[in-house]
This record gives sequence, C-alpha cells and structure tokens, in this order.
Amino acid sequence: MFEYAPAPESRSVVEIASSYGLFIDGSFDGGKDGNVFKTVDPATEEVLAEVAAAGPEDVDRAVAAARRAFTTWSALPGSERAKYLFRIARIIQERSRELAVLESLDNGKPIRESRDVDLPLVAAHFFYYAGWADKLRYAGFGPDPRPLGVAAQVIPWNFPLLMLAWKIAPALATGNTVVLKPAETTPLSALFFADVCRQAELPAGVVNIVTGAGDTGAYLVRHPDVAKVAFTGSTEVGREIARSVAGTGKRLTLELGGKAANIVFDDAPIDQAVEGIVNGIFFNQGHVCCAGSRLLVQESVLDQVLESLKRRMATLRVGDPLDKNTDIGAINSAAQLARITELSEIGVQEGAERWSPECSLPDRGFWFAPTIFTGVTQAHRIAREEIFGPVLSVLTFRTPDEAVAKANNTPYGLSAGIWTEKGSRILAVADKLRAGVVWANTFNKFDPASPFGGYKESGYGREGGRHGLEAYLA
Amino acid sequence: MPKSAKSSAAPATTPSAAVTPGAATTPGAASPAAAPVTAAPLTAAPVRLAVRKTYKLYIGGKFPRSESGRTFVVDGDNVALASRKDARDAVLAARAAQSKWAGATAYNRGQVLYRIAEMIEARRAEFVALGVPDAEVDATIDRWVWYAGWSDKIAQVTGGANPVAGPYLNISAPEPTGVVGIVAPASLLGLVSVIAPAIVTGNTVVVLADAPQIAITLAEVLATSDVPGGVVNLLTGRHPETAPWLASHDDVNALDLTGVTDPELAVEWERAAAGTLKRVIRPSGATDFTADPGLRPMTALLETKTVWHPKGY
Repeated sequence: MFEYAPAPESRSVVEIASSYGLFIDGSFDGGKDGNVFKTVDPATEEVLAEVAAAGPEDVDRAVAAARRAFTTWSALPGSERAKYLFRIARIIQERSRELAVLESLDNGKPIRESRDVDLPLVAAHFFYYAGWADKLRYAGFGPDPRPLGVAAQVIPWNFPLLMLAWKIAPALATGNTVVLKPAETTPLSALFFADVCRQAELPAGVVNIVTGAGDTGAYLVRHPDVAKVAFTGSTEVGREIARSVAGTGKRLTLELGGKAANIVFDDAPIDQAVEGIVNGIFFNQGHVCCAGSRLLVQESVLDQVLESLKRRMATLRVGDPLDKNTDIGAINSAAQLARITELSEIGVQEGAERWSPECSLPDRGFWFAPTIFTGVTQAHRIAREEIFGPVLSVLTFRTPDEAVAKANNTPYGLSAGIWTEKGSRILAVADKLRAGVVWANTFNKFDPASPFGGYKESGYGREGGRHGLEAYLA
Repeated sequence: MPKSAKSSAAPATTPSAAVTPGAATTPGAASPAAAPVTAAPLTAAPVRLAVRKTYKLYIGGKFPRSESGRTFVVDGDNVALASRKDARDAVLAARAAQSKWAGATAYNRGQVLYRIAEMIEARRAEFVALGVPDAEVDATIDRWVWYAGWSDKIAQVTGGANPVAGPYLNISAPEPTGVVGIVAPASLLGLVSVIAPAIVTGNTVVVLADAPQIAITLAEVLATSDVPGGVVNLLTGRHPETAPWLASHDDVNALDLTGVTDPELAVEWERAAAGTLKRVIRPSGATDFTADPGLRPMTALLETKTVWHPKGY
C-alpha cells in the first residue's frame, strides 16, 4: 500500500461564527429562553459553534411566519417561484466548496464525498425542482394541483444539506412554505443555507430553520398549524410521528431505516462487485439508510469474494475528513459510536466472526474501523437491526429463491443490490425484491430525477422525480 | 326445525295437508271429492318453500361460517359475525394469494375484473332485490369496467424511465403494496369503489363490509368471476371488534378507512396502524362514489420501485 502525504482541504474557505441563532421570518435571532447547545467536529471533538435550541415559543413563531408567508408565496406564479429556486441552485454551486468543507467539519464525512457527491446533488436537486414549479399541472396530479400550507420537515445528520435539499426544494416548488429542523449534531449547513436564502432574496418566512434536539422536532410535527410533515430518520421516531399525526389530517411522508441486502451471484464480476460492496457499506461511514449492510453471497464464490473484499478493505484510508485521500471519515457522534460498538460486540457474542483490516485510528474524535462479520445467520441482531455504521454482515445462499427470501426477510424495504452478469436474472430478482430502490451492478447511486423511498417499515412516500411532488400537493 | 318451515310460503300449507295422500301425489291440484274435512282448502296457486340463502363469510375463495359460530340478525337473516380469528385467517388467505395475483399479467387481471362486471350484470336482479337502486347497479358495473381497463395502463401513467445524470438505465414502476385491510362503506358502489382500485394493481384485500347481504352477494359474484381465492376476502360483523386487529396486524401493509363513520375510531385505528407503518387511507367524510375516482385510490396502494443499471460495453 502506498504511503500518502497529507492532502488536507483548506479550512479557511469557511468562516464559522462562534454562535448561531434561529432563522425565523427572514432573520436570525436567539431562542426565546436562551438555551443553546454545542455542535462539535466529530473528528477532533472540537466545538465548532454554539447553536440556539428552539423552544415551543420559537417553533410557534416559525410556524406563524411560514403561515404568513404561505399566502403570498403560494400565490406567486410558478415561474417566479422557479426563479428563486434556480437562484438558490446557482448560489449553492458558487459556494459549494465552502459548504462541502463545512459539511465535512460538522458531520465527519470525507471531503471527497461532501465535495463530489453531497454538494453536486444538493445543487442538482434545487435545479430539478425549480423546473417543476411552473409545470405542476402537467405532473399528473390533476389540472390544478394546490400546495398544502406549512410543511414541517425534520431531517437527519447523515447527509445534512442533501436531506435539506430533498425536503425544501419540492416543498417550495409546489408553493408550500417550510419550517425545517436539522439534526442536533449537524445544524451548521442548514444555518448556512439560511444565508443562501438571504442571498437569493427569498421572501421572509418561506424558509425557517429551527435548531434543537428531538423535543423541538416533536413539538414542530405536532403543531396544529402545520399541514404537512416530512421526516427522515429512524423507524422508531417515524412510528412516533405517525401516531402523533393520526387523526389530524396532516399529510405525512416518512423515509426511515433500512437493512439492505446486497446480493452477489456466482457469475458476478467479482472485482466490480467488491467495489460495489465497499461503496454500499463504507460510503459515508455506513451512515446511510440505504446502505448495503447485509451482503448475501452465493456459497460457491464466498471465499473468492471475501478474499477480494478483505484485500480491498485493507486499502481504505480512515482518518481526517478534510484530507482528500480519506475514504472513511469520523463517526458522527459519541452516541452513534456507542451504538455501533455495542451492536458489533453483540455480533461477536452471538457467534459471528469479526474482521477488520489493520488500521490506526486517530486518538481524538469518534472512529470505527471498517468491519465485516462472517458466519452471520438471519437470527443475529447484526443481520436484523440497522447498525448505521461501517459494519457489514455477510450471509450466504445457494439458489436465487433463497437469496430473494433472505433479502426480503426484514421489516425494512428501502433498497437492495444485485450483482450478476445475467440480464434475465437481474430482472427476475429485481421484480421479487420488496425494496423501493434496486441497484443492479451498481450501488448507492442517487439523482434528483430518480424517486427514492421505501416499502414496509422503511416508510412511505417518495422523494425525487415527478413522484416527489405528490407529497406536497393537494 | 329446517329453515323451510319458516318460509313465507308456510301459511298456505298445513302439516295435516302435507300428510294427505292425495295432496302429496298431486300437490296443488284441487280435489274436492277426496278432501277430508280436517284438511285446509287447497285453493291457492302452486306453492313451494323458498330455499333461502345462508349468509356466510368469504375467505380464501370459500364461504365458511365464522369460526366463532356466531351470527347476528340483519333484516331477518342470520348473518355470520366475524371474529378476530376470522380476520387473521382472512389475512393469511390474502397473503397466500398476493404474490401470484400480483404476478399475473396486467392483461389477465384486467380480464378478471371485466368478468366481474359481466357477472354483476347477469345478477343485477339479485342486487335490486336487496334494495340497490338500478342506477347504482349500473354505476357499479361501469366502475368495474373502468378499473379493469386500468390494469395494464397504470404502470405507464405512474412509472417510466427517469433521465438521471449519468450512464444508467433508471426505471420506476409501481408495485402493489401487498395486503390491504379495508373498512368498507355500506353501499354496493362504495364497496366496489374501495375493492377495485386495490386489487386491479395486484393487492389482495380483507374487507370488513357493512350491508352483509349485499357484500356476500358480491362475494358470490367474485367467486364465479375467476378471481383467485384469497384475492378478496369479505367479513361481515361488527367493525369495532375486527378492525383493530387488521390495523395492528404485522402482515397487513395498508389500511383503508374510507368506510369508517366514527371519527374517534378512525383515529384509534390510524394510530394502531402506525405501529407497523402501514399506509393509511383516511375517511374523507361523505365520499361521492358517483364521481370520477381519479388515480389516488390506486396510487395510495402502490409502491414505487426504481431500478438502476449501468450502461456500457
């Protein structure tokens, strides 16, 4: 393995203030009761900034501002709304390096991913939905589709700015206004997005950002003046939100957990499949709801696949997220690291065999070496529960039917992968997989034009594409 | 006593007349000379006891009684009173039938739905006799025909290729969500308007039906229309007893509450459905079932699956 000299991206492209307020009705202010929380760089545990924790009165103000803005925003011609969104897309492109560095600092993801995946997709998402704003009557939801009102949007920490884009772009294009709560551990890029809105001269109140923890989000989604709730996060919280929304008439879309099967047949091109396996589970430290966290390998090629996989994993570089050569960055928080560590220990206790390549981890910050478990059965917790970290469970199968049965043996149904050279097998297996996204001979590909979302307990509704408009239209 | 003893034709015949040799050999023929003084005068036109229908449940293509053995009286008929166990059995039947029904060609499902329309047309008198207005029977038949035609069109309207920014084939297609629990409206048209959009795309359903006689008569239509057993399962009874078990059932994918009239119960069941994150169609007040239903009754019970594949030599 080559030695690489450090190649850090400059931190100086982004200026982080020491404290941030809430973005309500077009301006920043401190929370009503003055509560704050700290957001840290998970790679160093250094405090990046203090952020206001929104209380009930703050959320009330944000929802009220969004209600007021809705009247004028929804009445704007679609072509005018479109131009605001195009502006936002352009400003994001212009500031993309700054935002990528910020995202890597606050989240811990490698700069290579925030720069080459997250930010381009963020800009593309706004650009895509901008174009829909004046074409809604052609979208197949009736001749005169109407916006719903105020959308309460709660997003996770794994792709902070990308999830914001998935939520805000279709909401604004369809004429809704937004109160968005970013995750507690990754609030900064959403607050920078508020500045993007300011630069775009977006009317006050159309986008409001309230930072805080789970209770802020819970209060927001229960707010009576909210017409639409969109949540991305854990299945457990998703259930709670679905219960709280019952009977209110609020529209609801949920994008929740996953435990995707990545199925490798014996005729698969092994080297390509191994790249796909690595991308499937180690992309973004495995903090991906659609991660290919269950590898199903046809028994006859198990040894070959494992050997290649281990060889490839030994070349993964874990460390400084801002280093351009880093493959695996920091785990987002101490709490998430504890969960990954706990489930991995349970994997060993339940009898699976654990392996990681030799790799030195930094002394400070939250780190977890890329890990695979072999000898995993369907009953093991590491085969059933979402670990949300760089941990892969390897299972085997003999026949395509067995592969499908094992792949579908989960309450989740977000994504799946198929690796085989046989076209008819791809189509037949894809038909039988109960998952919203199926990647065949590829994995973890995303596009604003491509609908994304799950079956079963991975949630309901789709984000992206024409389908993504439906959740925001009456 | 056998059911015939309660027939409306009974008063015209007396037990003593039934044992009269002459009357037995030539029923209905008046024979004054042979008439004993104890016999009632046989003056009426020929009469016979009607053979009544037993209203049972419809599960897995069969017409079982409730496993609980219970019945309740509706308009003079003893109707099966479905239990929690019946609801679970119906879910099993629906699940067992689902993959094959979804795997049938859209053309085939369309033909089956069209066949249902034909069968209702043929049995129109039965529905009218149960008090369904002629116009509603017409609308019901037309609704089946409308949905029959959707079977091989909905995928093109709601899916297709997505122009992603890269060398990939990317296609979205709708798929049935799976097993759907339905609390159905009382009317025939309402009942059909919740069943048809669910099954046309390949879902299977467990229906808690009001108006049992109408629902079971529809079940008889379905049983003779090449609808595979288990695709539609109909339970008669009291919804508050069975609906919670459908709402919380782990193997039910969606819950259609269109027919729920009590808002509090609707909330309770929607909340119960959240435990397994079911798709829920909420009651929408007084739905006008004569109106164009649009796509939503179908799309609400569809998943979108998107498949990616790289392009290259």
